[in-house]
Amino acid sequence: MADITTTFRVNGREVTVTGPPFRRLLDVLREELRLTGSKEGCGEGECGACSAIMNGELINTCIVPVLQAEGAVIMTVEMLADTPAGAAVQRAFLEHGGAQCGICTPGMIVAATWVAQHQFRGEIREMLAGNLCRCTGYDLIVTSVEAALNALAKDGSRE
Amino acid sequence: MIEADRARSLDDLLDRLAALPPPRLIAGGTDVMVQLEAGVQKEGDHFLDVSGLAGALRYHRLDADALEIGALATFRDTRLRSDVISAFSLLELAARTIGATQIQTRGTWAGNIANGSPAADGVAALLAYDAEVVLASRSGRRTRSLHGFFTGYKKMDLEPGEFIEAVRLPRRAPDRWRAFHKVGTRRAQAITKAGLTLNWRADGTWRIVGTSLAPFVKRYETLERLFEEAGDDLSRIDVQGLTAAVSAAVEPINDIRSTADYRRRVVFNLLRDASAHARTG
Amino acid sequence: MSNDNPAIPRLDGHDKVTGRAQYVDDIHMPGMLHGATIRSTIARGTITGITFDPALDWSGFTIVTAADIPGKNEVLLLTTDQPFLADGRVRHHAEPILLLAHEDREMLRRAAGAITIRYREEPACLDVRQALRPEYLQHGTDNTFHKIDIIKGDVDAGFDEADLILDETYETGAQEQAYIEPQGMIARPSPEGSGIEIFGSLQCPYYVVKAVTHLLGIPVEELRVVQTTTGGGFGGKEEYPSIIAGHAALLALKSGRPVKLVYDRYEDILATTKRHPSITRVKAGATRDGRLTALEIDLVLDGGAYVTLTPVVLSRASLHASGPYEVPNISIRARARLTNTPPHGAFRGFGAPQSIFAVERHIDRMARSLGLSPLEFRRRNYLKLGSVMATGQVVRDDIDMHELATTVYERLGGAAREAELAAANAASSHKRSALGFAAFYHGAGFTGSGEERLASQVAARLDGDGHVEILSSNTEIGQGTITIFSIIAAKALGLDPSEIRVAPPDTARVPDSGPTVASRTAMVVGWLVQQAVLDLAVKLAERCSDALRVVAPESLRGDTFRRAAAQAVESGCRVVGRSKYEKPAFVEWDEVNYRGDAYATYAWAVYGCEVTVDTRTFEVEVTRFVANQDVGGVLHPVLAAGQIQGGVVQALGWALCEEVVYDKGAVRNAALSTYVIPTFVDVPPIEILFATTPYEFGPMGAKGIGELPMDGPAPAVLNAIAVALGAEPERVPCRPEYLMLLADPALADARG
Repeated sequence: MADITTTFRVNGREVTVTGPPFRRLLDVLREELRLTGSKEGCGEGECGACSAIMNGELINTCIVPVLQAEGAVIMTVEMLADTPAGAAVQRAFLEHGGAQCGICTPGMIVAATWVAQHQFRGEIREMLAGNLCRCTGYDLIVTSVEAALNALAKDGSRE
Repeated sequence: MIEADRARSLDDLLDRLAALPPPRLIAGGTDVMVQLEAGVQKEGDHFLDVSGLAGALRYHRLDADALEIGALATFRDTRLRSDVISAFSLLELAARTIGATQIQTRGTWAGNIANGSPAADGVAALLAYDAEVVLASRSGRRTRSLHGFFTGYKKMDLEPGEFIEAVRLPRRAPDRWRAFHKVGTRRAQAITKAGLTLNWRADGTWRIVGTSLAPFVKRYETLERLFEEAGDDLSRIDVQGLTAAVSAAVEPINDIRSTADYRRRVVFNLLRDASAHARTG
Repeated sequence: MSNDNPAIPRLDGHDKVTGRAQYVDDIHMPGMLHGATIRSTIARGTITGITFDPALDWSGFTIVTAADIPGKNEVLLLTTDQPFLADGRVRHHAEPILLLAHEDREMLRRAAGAITIRYREEPACLDVRQALRPEYLQHGTDNTFHKIDIIKGDVDAGFDEADLILDETYETGAQEQAYIEPQGMIARPSPEGSGIEIFGSLQCPYYVVKAVTHLLGIPVEELRVVQTTTGGGFGGKEEYPSIIAGHAALLALKSGRPVKLVYDRYEDILATTKRHPSITRVKAGATRDGRLTALEIDLVLDGGAYVTLTPVVLSRASLHASGPYEVPNISIRARARLTNTPPHGAFRGFGAPQSIFAVERHIDRMARSLGLSPLEFRRRNYLKLGSVMATGQVVRDDIDMHELATTVYERLGGAAREAELAAANAASSHKRSALGFAAFYHGAGFTGSGEERLASQVAARLDGDGHVEILSSNTEIGQGTITIFSIIAAKALGLDPSEIRVAPPDTARVPDSGPTVASRTAMVVGWLVQQAVLDLAVKLAERCSDALRVVAPESLRGDTFRRAAAQAVESGCRVVGRSKYEKPAFVEWDEVNYRGDAYATYAWAVYGCEVTVDTRTFEVEVTRFVANQDVGGVLHPVLAAGQIQGGVVQALGWALCEEVVYDKGAVRNAALSTYVIPTFVDVPPIEILFATTPYEFGPMGAKGIGELPMDGPAPAVLNAIAVALGAEPERVPCRPEYLMLLADPALADARG
């Protein structure tokens, strides 16, 4: 039973982990790297609470084995404040009531940031449908994301 | 514990596949990882990760004759290709209903085929376009139609040592009409409980594909003939004829998601609706 | 709008949007072990043997069975029938039997597969309709957890007067709370001295204290319970966390180390409590001109295998069963019975959604049978100021339900929209659309004597910086407790909410202000917060402000308060403001005969929707939703709207797509892929309207609203479906498979 070594970048830092190849990326983030912002809500890629951005794509880290993260560039919720899109989304969530109990919020913020980075507009609900929320009923999250997109459009920034 | 390692190149992949027993492949991982979580995989399974072969395998090649979708092309990749979508609109209609964004960025058409789920929405769209699969092994390549590829629940015409290297869709004249119906328990992140994909082609032939109605996604050739025999005037398809044809051809089951009666009735209703509303041109 | 409370950003928001907020599974302690629970795989029987596979190295494991329990093997809640660990006898699938702890979670997974439990199975009662059969007797004399009878007038005489009598039965299924954070607890021996500390996801820290001290046989002083940031509760974390806490504590005691016992989604859905399924028979009589003369209601709740909170759920169900109508003759017979399924428990609404669904569906049918519109029939029967309710309570609110309803109707487009929909239906081969409505109330706070029994207390002190700190055991679970308490305290003292601190619920520091349930936090406890900070100002004036020569405590507001606080801290003058629940004088409740003022006050509501049914697939789409409610006062417009929106969506899920599938008493769909809750694209635009007729004992007039939105959507949607299809759905969830059979009963036999 062979351990595997994987090297990748998380939030700008290079990391190397050695262990079982099918150890979930979510567990590596939370336990090895102590980045507990990404949450486990379902363990099967259904709820999006574990969302991160890997190689520019929005993914569920609970269904990515660490084996597949070789050479990847990963950004988690902890890094988002350092990007204009992420910071705008965070501000908007605070201003417009997009967070209630907060457990879906990290994944939601990551997904919303990705949406903002790709400048999707009329499809916000569809783009975020992989993130489940049980508290808000979704409206205030949509309001928050729209506000973030408006703020970014005004600033002219995209990243 | 699960054993796994990474394919270093396409040649390496083909070499590794020639081993006995061959390793199981993992591409996007959306099916494999969920099955692992559910305990479906067993100790002693050996996996080979092909996700590092994007250079060779992650592409859409569209030319005058065909669309070729590489093994690692994802549903989201397809949705970003407006040229592909205008030629093959059912691909977009299917891809947009698969899971949600996080699944579409990882899930692949080839993986959708190889996983062999009776609910495979991607397979339904591919069958409606007479897709072929390109099967590669160390001893060469063969191409065969996706129609007939599945022979039973999770049983397919894939020899040991082979993998699905690409999916090929022949180009045709623009279709007359098409529809993609997916009934799930909700409108996103839903497993199809009854699906019907319809394609009325320029030459008057029909493709009628059912999802979650049988042990695998398949075409219903008797229903296709019924529609073809009506020619341009679909109102010639009468209710009794359609009822009998659906009863004979469609044999769904009761399961955790739905009932046989419901599934059969939905198929009938959607086909009757198609016969009333599908228009040429 | 009666007040102008600004929509300040929630005060706990920053940590949540940055991912810094610490939920129980984020917490790591040195030396921590992981815990696991080994559960029954049968629904009823006796354990005849437990074998540990000798091939596994058990030396690294801590193993706990019922024999290890130092105190009582009883989950102390309303009664003591439920054990923490099954001791020989099993009453439901997934019942906890033994506990394991180990450093390595992978070893725990292997261990679960290496334990064999043998049973002698007995026939399990899996249908509440069969609970009275002698072979299923397991509780009391007749498997009945609780009974409530509410009688007003004489229903037989009432039916004699009626021109129309309709008698129908309605059913609702179980519902899983599906908080996105699964349940979990950490327990550790106290760092100093004897005792145990517990940290976890929960709504009621003092419920945990009560249950775990009883389990461990320790005094209250030796147990400290701290709420961690909690990712949703909805009632699912009201009583169940006490069980996990007790399990974690047993493992911590035996191992001497911190133990983290966190459920994954599968275990959470498999084993924890659900909304009580119900069967309600409603027989109603009305005169030709649409006045209700009699209402007879027979309601049965399936309580699952143990009592848990069932008697209180039954209470709320029975007290909401007759709807917002003045009916001279009412009989409500409510029963709750045992089945061998995992016990049902608290879930937002707590019995009211079940009984309101039945009566509101039934009222619509009465209306249509008499040729009256649903809103007109209701108008002829609504409760109003001075009306007498089923228990004899006299309505104290000057409420105009018809006005609420008219607004909803107009916002949906009224008669013009109905005409448009009728035309569209006629022109469409497969779409049928209609409007639907539901009218209801929801009692805020515990039932009549419940709040008195809770005897809630709140304290307020000054922290080291001179900020007011609120000490209460009420928990933030997303609804905005921290922000609301800060707003209330700030308003009372002329400060800004950002200056108020709300202490984390830690039983070592906070008094018992009662549980965070029953729509009581803002209204009952918020009031106590207000009183406590006012008391703090009084004590500051009396004892600490000689230098300021302040005479009147009422003058300690704004800057004068800030100065007095700063001076008190500087001079070391310590005072604590306190408040204690006092029943409003007008509340009189006879618990024995179930008569009088069931609730101190009610929120009143009418909800309406537009629905489209696709008759090819019988999928239901709710295309518009309007929620109109009189809530007394709005403390924070965004938080209040958020509560309503979230509740409406949760209720739409219950109505249409959430179904707990049982097989031999076990939950078969214990995953978020198979237990289906609404996503972003499953929800209609929801318009929310608030009317505010102030409640004199609510902070800034506010009444409780947490559960209210759960009551209206299911009947409103099914009422719309009934009109759209010309069929009568009687069941929640109302799934397409069911609607298809309803719309064409011949289909059950026909093939295609």
